[in-house]
Amino acid sequence: MTTADLLGAVILAALVAYALLAGADFGGGVWDLLASGPRKAEQRRLVEHAIGPIWEANHVWLILVVVVLFTGFPLAFAAVSTTLFLPLVLLLVGIVLRGAAFTFRTYDDHDDRIQARWGLVFSASSTLAPLLLGLVVGALASGRLRVGADGVPLAGQLAGFSFFTLATGLFACALFAFLAATYLAVEAEGPLAEDFRLRALAAGVAVFTTAAASLALSRSEAPLVFAGLTARRWSLLLQLATGAAAVTAFGALLARRPHLARAAAVAQVTLIVIGWGASQYPYLVVPDVTLASASGPRATQVALLVALAAGAVLLFPSLYLLFRVFKGERPFSVVDRRPARRA
Amino acid sequence: MTDLLAARWLFGASLAFHIVFAAVGVAMPLFMVLAEWRWHRTGDDVHLDLARRWAKGTAILFAVGAVSGTVISFELGLLWPRFMAFAGPIIGMPFSLEGFAFFAEAIFLGIYLYGWDRVPPRLHLAAGAAVAVSGAVSAFFVTLANAWMNSPAGFRLAAGRAEDVAPLAAMFPPGWSHEVLHVLLSSYAATGFAVAGIHALLLRRKPGNAFHRAALGIALGVGGLAALLQPLSGDLSARQVAETQPVKLAALEGHFRTQRGAPLLVGGLADAEARETRFALEIPYGLSLLAFHDPHAEVKGLEAFPRDTWPNTLLVHLAFDAMVGLGTLLALVALVGAALAWRARGVPTARRYLTAVVAAGPLGFLALEAGWLVTEWGRQPFTIRGVMRTAQAVTPVSNLTVPFAGFMLLYVFLGVMVGLLLWRQIARAGDAPAAQVVREMP
Repeated sequence: MTTADLLGAVILAALVAYALLAGADFGGGVWDLLASGPRKAEQRRLVEHAIGPIWEANHVWLILVVVVLFTGFPLAFAAVSTTLFLPLVLLLVGIVLRGAAFTFRTYDDHDDRIQARWGLVFSASSTLAPLLLGLVVGALASGRLRVGADGVPLAGQLAGFSFFTLATGLFACALFAFLAATYLAVEAEGPLAEDFRLRALAAGVAVFTTAAASLALSRSEAPLVFAGLTARRWSLLLQLATGAAAVTAFGALLARRPHLARAAAVAQVTLIVIGWGASQYPYLVVPDVTLASASGPRATQVALLVALAAGAVLLFPSLYLLFRVFKGERPFSVVDRRPARRA
Repeated sequence: MTDLLAARWLFGASLAFHIVFAAVGVAMPLFMVLAEWRWHRTGDDVHLDLARRWAKGTAILFAVGAVSGTVISFELGLLWPRFMAFAGPIIGMPFSLEGFAFFAEAIFLGIYLYGWDRVPPRLHLAAGAAVAVSGAVSAFFVTLANAWMNSPAGFRLAAGRAEDVAPLAAMFPPGWSHEVLHVLLSSYAATGFAVAGIHALLLRRKPGNAFHRAALGIALGVGGLAALLQPLSGDLSARQVAETQPVKLAALEGHFRTQRGAPLLVGGLADAEARETRFALEIPYGLSLLAFHDPHAEVKGLEAFPRDTWPNTLLVHLAFDAMVGLGTLLALVALVGAALAWRARGVPTARRYLTAVVAAGPLGFLALEAGWLVTEWGRQPFTIRGVMRTAQAVTPVSNLTVPFAGFMLLYVFLGVMVGLLLWRQIARAGDAPAAQVVREMP
């Protein structure tokens, strides 16, 4: 394994963390947008309560991906930024409005109309951002972002947009909404928990539909990914594991076992991100930019790996504390423990 | 507007916007944690009330700083992909480490803001201190990257490519310590005076209000100290610039002809065509003294360098004088405040002094923006001094005026909203007894 491969693995791991944490925050925004029924206000309050203390920390995973990409793979960063200029600018607008509107809503007047206005900006941008994120990922895999040797884009600015990338955008949206609903089904109590259990089931159906559409469209629009997803033996194994996790999550929701559903959903999303990475390995931008071709100097990559290891020593205990404090009442893998169990 | 100009405007506007929130993110957590610390020490609920109010303000400003900083990390590639393709591996280290500092800020701010009733008091205070420290560490790392653009180091240029990259040497280029010190002090001074100005205004309306007096004490104490130290740091920086970036020094002083015993030109219009600075106040030997601490030292003028490596002399000189002038005013206000505080053995609240503090409120941020323009305009036409011109760094993507216009609208909207929300928070503060305020908190 080369240093470039190791750094690629770090980026993928950070993307997994981003999907599991920030993805669920975006998904929470989707449920704010789709809040309905007699407990509409309670649903929104739960979302706000769930993501308030953690969304800013969760967002930093994306920054980490960006800086590792430009430090370790400068040519890939340049290629991605130029070929996907338009969707990335729109993604930024979504990220800015989401964060700003969420904070403004918390600290603005508690007047209902003002709250509703900020809520709409927050929830609409929370839906827009994952859509564009999925589109960007789909475009990177599609093979349509042709890049010249010097990093100059050969494809037009609209090359990132196609039915395939639309499908992957919707898939990301559905997946994050599904993830958020399974988390919220655990964090809520009583009838509110039932609301989110039903929402998780609906989102699960949407995940399946958009995944199927993406796969079908990838056959013609992203042939390399299709081949990667279907032809290699280990990738087939990954697909099977992902499918098993998805079925478990869905089954657990039907069986009203929210904790199992949440664990399975986490596994499912993790496997999907890893499966995407594996299917396009060793490409960063299919088919012109690879981990090796985009690599900067080895000295930097080694120093970066050391810095990442040192940073992780600080980061993980701090993250543990954060989740322990705010999600501590619910048993959720390592990040929390029932206070009762400690006593 | 050409695409290059639109790219520069967009990036410049993004940074000018973000830098305010970044500076606040460095200083405000310190104020907030000092207030909480005083509450622990004195048990006076006014300090608790203050810590909570300031925490709310910090939350709003930090969130906007976080998202506007995200915009910049993407814009590095969106607008300057060729710069990043070249410089990414050389300056990536400080940015990566800054990522971890940012993580720490976000994590501990979350604990601080939402953890009042969930964590033990000492852990809460420690979380606040962690935010303050990691904010300063963030600024430290980001400034290292800027110092490298001013004095590139840690690589060898071969046929337009960087060879023999030494990430650690690149992380600490010549002059890094001066620039970092100057930036950190400017953050504390600018934020301190802005906050002090607001509380001084309210203290004039409600004389004797304990809440605003406590706030003024902390903000003016930290901000004033930083403002007093800043001229010393500026002197270090100027001598560093004289040594490593002589073109920039000549431009910011409006100094065209190389000479011994060079005068200092205060104000005036530096005309690059006529090669002279008109309407300036001349202080004999001033520049030689300031730049080299020797009245007869030779100071290179712009004419010693090729014309196509000059920055815009008019703007750089004006921005520099604005920064120095405003900084000097702040140092004077701080000095007077220190004398008054000494005599009164407490926070100076004389009405006329409060008026001066109100007037000085916005000056710190104006000086900070001017100083940032000095270093950025002063490096033009290069993005990496002597290595890559800004025009070579720009993206091949066209129609950049469209995203420029869009982001300008977004920044104006965010700026207005932040102003309104903060004003609402502040206007309400200081009236309700602390215990009641505490109950109202989310």
